Amino acid sequence: RRSRSKQSSVSSITDDQITDLVSKLQHLIPELRRRRFNKVSTSKVLQETCNYIRSLHREVEDLSDRLSQLLASTDSDSDQAAIIRSLLMQ
Amino acid sequence: MNNPHHLNPTSLKSRFTTRFLRALTKIRAQKPISSSSPTEIFRRYRRIKVAADKSMAYSVRSRRIWSRAMLWKLRSRSYRRQDPCSGRRSGKTNQAIMKKSSNENTTTRREDGVGFVEEADELRQLVPGGETMNLCNLLDETAHYIKCLTTQ
Repeated sequence: RRSRSKQSSVSSITDDQITDLVSKLQHLIPELRRRRFNKVSTSKVLQETCNYIRSLHREVEDLSDRLSQLLASTDSDSDQAAIIRSLLMQ
Repeated sequence: MNNPHHLNPTSLKSRFTTRFLRALTKIRAQKPISSSSPTEIFRRYRRIKVAADKSMAYSVRSRRIWSRAMLWKLRSRSYRRQDPCSGRRSGKTNQAIMKKSSNENTTTRREDGVGFVEEADELRQLVPGGETMNLCNLLDETAHYIKCLTTQ
């Protein structure tokens, strides 16, 4: 593929490749998925990607926290404790 | 929660879930029965979080730059805890390796008028191993990393 960029003689990455990858990324981000047919700037896609990754990280931390509390309470009678116990007994 | 019997056994989800459940069982076996001191709670939380990251990274193995970077980080962290001296040494070596590969791949970090260098750098800090990636790899790795994070 030949790049349309003037500096393509130095870079081996084509503009087309980048556009493809960016649109593929856009599709993965819930915030931007519905705007697929309006052009979203690459800058915006990258920005939203960062925000999305950060929120996923927070969600993992939150879930780990909840799991940690659940594991501590597996000796109790709650429904959730029973589910965890049955999962871990396999 | 999904019934494990309905998962495709070779899927990422299934590989991750198996590993993670195994790790949780181990963690549950280790802990003392009722310890609710803040330090204990935090330690358990850390162990679970690390187990989740480990399960994720090992499910992908070395097929991806980000998983290799994460595995390296996880391993060097455990070495450092065992022997503080060796940790410092391997840290320096890895910095040298990282610098070398980032020099080879920095073609997109120059002023080429593309206009999203700052956002790309921000993304590099969020994706494991991102500092060494050129833009093309970064975008590709990010997509896979996001897929795995949602699985996690």
